[in-house]
Amino acid sequence: MTVFIIRRTLQAVIVLLVMSAIVFLGVFAIGDPVAILISPDATQADIDAAIRNLGLDKPIWEQYLVFLGNALQGNLGDSFVYNEPAIRLILQRMPATLELAVVAVLLSIFVGIPLGMWAGLRPSGVAGKSIMVGSIFGFSLPNFWQGIMLILLFAVILGWLPAFGRGDTAEFLGIRSSLWTLDGWAHIILPAINLALFNTSLVIRLTRASVREVIGLDYVKFARAKGLSRRRVVGVHVMKNIMIPLVTVIGLELASLIAFAVVTETVFAWPGMGKLIIDSIFVLDRPVIVAYMMIIVLMFIAINLIVDILYSVFDPRVRLSDMKR
Amino acid sequence: MADPILKVSNLCTYFHTKAGVVKSVDDVSFEVAPGEILGVVGESGSGKSVTGFSIMGLVDPPGRVDGGSIVFDGRDLVGLDDGQMRRLRGKRIAMIFQDPMMTLNPVLRIDTQMIEALTAHITISNEEARQRCRDALGMVGIPSPDERLKSYPHQFSGGMRQRVAIAIALLHNPELIIADEPTTALDVTIQAQILYEIQRLVSEHNTAMLWITHDLSVIAGLAQRVAVMYAGKVVETGTVAEVIDRPLHPYTNGLIGSVPSRNRRGEPLAQIPGMTPSPLNLPQGCAFRTRCPKADEACAVQPGITAPLPNRFIRCFHPVEAQEVIGEAVSA
Ligand SMILES: Nc1ncnc2c1ncn2[C@@H]1O[C@H](COP(=O)(O)OP(=O)(O)OP(=O)(O)O)[C@@H](O)[C@H]1O
Ligand code: SF4
Ligand SMILES: [Mg+2]
Repeated sequence: MTVFIIRRTLQAVIVLLVMSAIVFLGVFAIGDPVAILISPDATQADIDAAIRNLGLDKPIWEQYLVFLGNALQGNLGDSFVYNEPAIRLILQRMPATLELAVVAVLLSIFVGIPLGMWAGLRPSGVAGKSIMVGSIFGFSLPNFWQGIMLILLFAVILGWLPAFGRGDTAEFLGIRSSLWTLDGWAHIILPAINLALFNTSLVIRLTRASVREVIGLDYVKFARAKGLSRRRVVGVHVMKNIMIPLVTVIGLELASLIAFAVVTETVFAWPGMGKLIIDSIFVLDRPVIVAYMMIIVLMFIAINLIVDILYSVFDPRVRLSDMKR
Repeated sequence: MADPILKVSNLCTYFHTKAGVVKSVDDVSFEVAPGEILGVVGESGSGKSVTGFSIMGLVDPPGRVDGGSIVFDGRDLVGLDDGQMRRLRGKRIAMIFQDPMMTLNPVLRIDTQMIEALTAHITISNEEARQRCRDALGMVGIPSPDERLKSYPHQFSGGMRQRVAIAIALLHNPELIIADEPTTALDVTIQAQILYEIQRLVSEHNTAMLWITHDLSVIAGLAQRVAVMYAGKVVETGTVAEVIDRPLHPYTNGLIGSVPSRNRRGEPLAQIPGMTPSPLNLPQGCAFRTRCPKADEACAVQPGITAPLPNRFIRCFHPVEAQEVIGEAVSA
């Protein structure tokens, strides 16, 4: 276990290093932030001063080394635009994105798994077939279009829910979130559904396929031959086995929802990280882009670690100490 | 002999697949009495497992029991509802499966899988349940059962897993056990040990048993009577001694000829020519027609059950003559 964690940590450091270098070079290659940031009628002296202030007068490798040195002390640089630490900017907006992603993942779990199990247990029934057809729509219709339709139906036509923005926040257990208020829930429900649709479809299809596979295996038949109730056979024998593939997918899902909530955040004007990163890319605000990428990478690594640990909980044949990756 | 506990009559179990109807079990009849072991032999695909699953009520779509009756202890199991069938399964009728590596759930501990088999049928305290599980494991020869209960299936060898499956089958002292090739996947010494233990348990508890196998030599030392299956039909029944000594059906004769024997050491083993016909496309009439040395025009009609000798039943128009017997003819 200890060896496992040490190895994982080392891998994380290497990935972070490589990643930061790539993003650093990438942004450098795309263009010159100064040209975008400075007003067109600035004098040459102003421009030179700005370049020096931002540290852009030094060669790129030196800029990178300075960045690394600061990063080791937990400073990922100040935003070119806001003149504030990039990390702080991101962390300010993180809770909004996190709560959106968490609600979306919970939706895809608690809607996707039951529907997928239903479709898997009664594959030829009308309900089972409808679920599968529905999941194809969830899969293939463009995300932004689904979002607009949700707004049109529930906010504009029916007027049940607010069309955009994040609701009131409150503090509970030291966490400030809009999930603690009713207004918050009214605001989050539509964007969360929008963000969850694709993944719910994925969970439905994966659950169904796993159920179909497991249900035909000998050990399920043997469980039935013991005279167990249907509830126990499905709820324990089938369920525990389909959790193994599901945990991986749901873990990766959570990570990708956090990283790629951009479209939903834009459609619903949700004040999250996605909106910030899009704006930062437009103005080549390198410190924010790099910091954002590093946080996302860290998150992927952490979620992967959790998935691996959950794996060994669900599957006794897997022991963390044997894990090669 | 005592009254049969199980009486299967004209059982038909068909799979209604997209490609056509597969008559996996077709007009099969046999019976087993308490304390008796009935061997069911036949090559792969002859319908042995499907027969067992039909009795357990575990045939899944597209398969279903399309006809006949399965009378267990005076009650027809065909048409029982789910709940009634569930109460019988594992309690009064138990089944041991073919592949020990696949019968135990890989993600559940042995104790979970054993205790749930108990609590599915009786109310019992956890401590008492554990005691019964330990006893059952001890009975099938598993050392240090206490420790073993806390293990997962992957920590056991194939032989050990099959013993656990047998212990689970024995938990409620069932009146009927269906053993579907329980030793085929195991090596010979372990097979012998398990056979010995099962025989002992069956006679101690006066259990009726259906022993399914494709290996006639296993049946020879174990069962009292045998039913030979070919392409979904029982083609010959009789006592094991009589059938092996003097097979009447050409298929049985071929089967015996393909078993190594001391009397024919050094001779090549006889083989049944040809291949098992596709279950979707069985020959008209006698399904063995394409491989049978005695086939003629008469065999284009499905043969009924006849008794050429007392208490010997076959489905064949041209029973094997004494001098045609491959197995013992040489030594005679
Ligand atoms: N789910 C199914 N769908 C279609 N056909 C099936 C199905 N299950 C079994 N069958 C058919 O039923 C026939 C009998 O199968 P069964 O498993 O009873 O054979 P068996 O005698 O037990 O053979 P083996 O020695 O290989 O276990 C086979 O021809 C098989 O094709
Ligand atoms: S009925 Fe004819 S084909 Fe069938 S086993 Fe007898 S002799 Fe052979
Ligand atoms: Mg079989």
